[in-house]
Amino acid sequence: MDRDKRFEALEAYMKEINYDPSMLINVLHRAQQLFLWLPKDVMEFIAQKLRIPKSKVMGVVTFYNFFSTKPVGRIQIKVCLGTACYVKGGDRVMERFLEELGLKEEGQVTPDGMFSVHAVRCVGACSMAPVVLIGDSDFYGRMSPDKVPRLVKKYKRLAEQMVKEGEPS
Amino acid sequence: MKEIRVCAGGACIASGAFSVRDALLKELKEKGLDGQYKIVETGCMGMCSRGPFMVVDGVVYAKLNERAVKEIVDSHLVGGKVVEKYLMALPEGQKVKEAFKEHPFFSRQVKIVTRNLGKIDPKSIDDYIDRGGYKALEKVLKEMKPQDVIEEIKNSGLRGRGGAGFPTGLKWEFAAKQKSDRKFVVCNADEGDPGAFMDRAVLEGDPHSVLEGMAIAAYAIGAQQGYIYVRAEYPLAIERLTVAIDQARRRGFLGKNILGTDFSFDIQIRIGAGAFVCGEETALMASIMGERGQPRVRPPYPVEKGLWGYPTVINNVETLANIAWIINNGWREFRKYGTEKSPGTKVFALAGKINNTGLVEVPLGITLRELIYDIGGGIPGGKKLKAVQTGGPSGGVIPADKIDTPIDYESLTALGTIMGSGGIIVLDEDDCMVDVAKFFLEFTVHESCGKCTPCREGTRAMYEILDRISKGEGTMEDIDALEELAVVVKETSLCGLGQTAPNPVLTTLRYFREEYEIHVKEKRCPAKKCRDLISYVIDPKACTGCTACKIVCPTGAIEGELNKLHYIHQDLCIKCGSCMDVCRFDAVFKVSPPIKEDEKVQSS
Repeated sequence: MDRDKRFEALEAYMKEINYDPSMLINVLHRAQQLFLWLPKDVMEFIAQKLRIPKSKVMGVVTFYNFFSTKPVGRIQIKVCLGTACYVKGGDRVMERFLEELGLKEEGQVTPDGMFSVHAVRCVGACSMAPVVLIGDSDFYGRMSPDKVPRLVKKYKRLAEQMVKEGEPS
Repeated sequence: MKEIRVCAGGACIASGAFSVRDALLKELKEKGLDGQYKIVETGCMGMCSRGPFMVVDGVVYAKLNERAVKEIVDSHLVGGKVVEKYLMALPEGQKVKEAFKEHPFFSRQVKIVTRNLGKIDPKSIDDYIDRGGYKALEKVLKEMKPQDVIEEIKNSGLRGRGGAGFPTGLKWEFAAKQKSDRKFVVCNADEGDPGAFMDRAVLEGDPHSVLEGMAIAAYAIGAQQGYIYVRAEYPLAIERLTVAIDQARRRGFLGKNILGTDFSFDIQIRIGAGAFVCGEETALMASIMGERGQPRVRPPYPVEKGLWGYPTVINNVETLANIAWIINNGWREFRKYGTEKSPGTKVFALAGKINNTGLVEVPLGITLRELIYDIGGGIPGGKKLKAVQTGGPSGGVIPADKIDTPIDYESLTALGTIMGSGGIIVLDEDDCMVDVAKFFLEFTVHESCGKCTPCREGTRAMYEILDRISKGEGTMEDIDALEELAVVVKETSLCGLGQTAPNPVLTTLRYFREEYEIHVKEKRCPAKKCRDLISYVIDPKACTGCTACKIVCPTGAIEGELNKLHYIHQDLCIKCGSCMDVCRFDAVFKVSPPIKEDEKVQSS
């Protein structure tokens, strides 16, 4: 979807909820679904449409972990570091992903814009610990560091395919 | 038509429940049985470690995959012969057909909150109604006055299952007494404790029970509007709730003039955005109103001044899922379970170092020993139980020698921890208590909203001390300072997050002080967990030179040729532990205190 279309889709959603400013968080979720992260002009657009100060939008966005004001990878790797995953070695899985992708820290994006690694706090699948979520729905349980390289390889292939198919980033 | 139930709870989906379902559909079609069997995708059946599950004619099959499904269709459905190898085994090894009745994991449970989990299709309101759903709402609206409902809940002794344990009936009574033309009911589904997934299972597996509970609460206090505040991390729960609300509206259980009476009530979903503090009720309300989720001072309590200044009752998912059952069965029946002060059941999420991870509902007052050994099947790998962590970042650890304590609100508080929302993390001898405390403090530092100083600064200061101790840089004065700080933060923080954040520190100090002291005095981590205090080494007697560790090492720290002894260079090793994971000969082991490059270690 090109940029203008995404703004249109966002506005359509706000219209649907009658531009109710108490729905700000839901609006931001929709925006992040469309744009992957929340660029400044998107936040300004929301402020204008919901008739609230930009500072309020910014204040809410920066308060919640879920919202990102920096670009993220098109394929996000979320490593669970909840208690159960932590005691079963989730931190080591995290490190291995960073290492394999050549990233220094969580949140950083690979130079091709495809990958970023993020820590998440409990996805509620503790019986499968340690757990990794890739993209929106690919779920890997009982992970260990040595399973990481193969997964990275798999998703790098997928990334190449995405580039070939020329999805706009 | 006969039913085949397939568990579509979160963990089973992750272990391939959908490919099991698809394989089943295909096999049924191929055998021409698709007209005789109906596949029902249910909510969580509970024993997540053995999924995916399938139930046919009462026979429970576990750990399924596509091939297993084919065998079961061929043998069981066509041939009438149960396939033994996919049955569950008792702890003694004997296989049982009807595991839900015969296996102690299931047979010791009492299902009130989870009454429909694993039995109905959560996407079907008809399934819910068939099992007595919305009868309680009908009874309340047609036969009971709001005050009668409040009395019933008060008599039941039901206490808030979100953690604090405040009597639900009393909360409703306070809200009912408020004179206001607008009131709200809020369902707190912001299950933020890491290690807890009870609410998720209920929302995903039986969403209507929560909606019915909310509608009854609304009738009791006189509310017109409800909100469910659910975490963004639970997309499936959001989806199922959305479907359920829509169905309930169409059937007249929500909306205007419910069931032809003059009672009107509707529910909206509000999605969280990843802030642990939003589980605190005043922060949660701020978030529902689209604000930063910061708590405020109480009083006024939400029942007096809640959403937009109007009286608001906030109940947790599990609390609400109890309501319809109590109305249908009566408070006396409810009080048959649990203890005098903590009646009823509690759903626990068993995770960590325990054989049967999953979801269990048991009467309150059961001991931790029964929960961990009889139901949970004990600790894997022959390891020793070290401690049990309850209540997430707001709770604490209970040492192994106290596991005969009954689980109820008062007993857990006396031990220095809390009931919390029901997450139970089992820790074994490989877990370091300093490390556990540090893990939780890192969490609270990250999640502290920053509004009040004791929590914002105090949790960070505690974390820094724990970090020093875990690196072998702590002093004995540090331990005293940590304890003092913990007490100050507990007593002076604004909201529940800060007031309970020191619990992991206080309980580990109380029960495992010696372990802290060893980190300080001997620069050693007895559990060999704290990374700065350990080294990985290879046992020359056990190493076969298979090169597996050398291949997997991400930093090239391992030297060695095929069939010859391997060696780990300590100056290159980042202590990721990959070598230990892949070694099939148990030749890699950890030592503490750490060694330097070229230093020889006595092999164990």
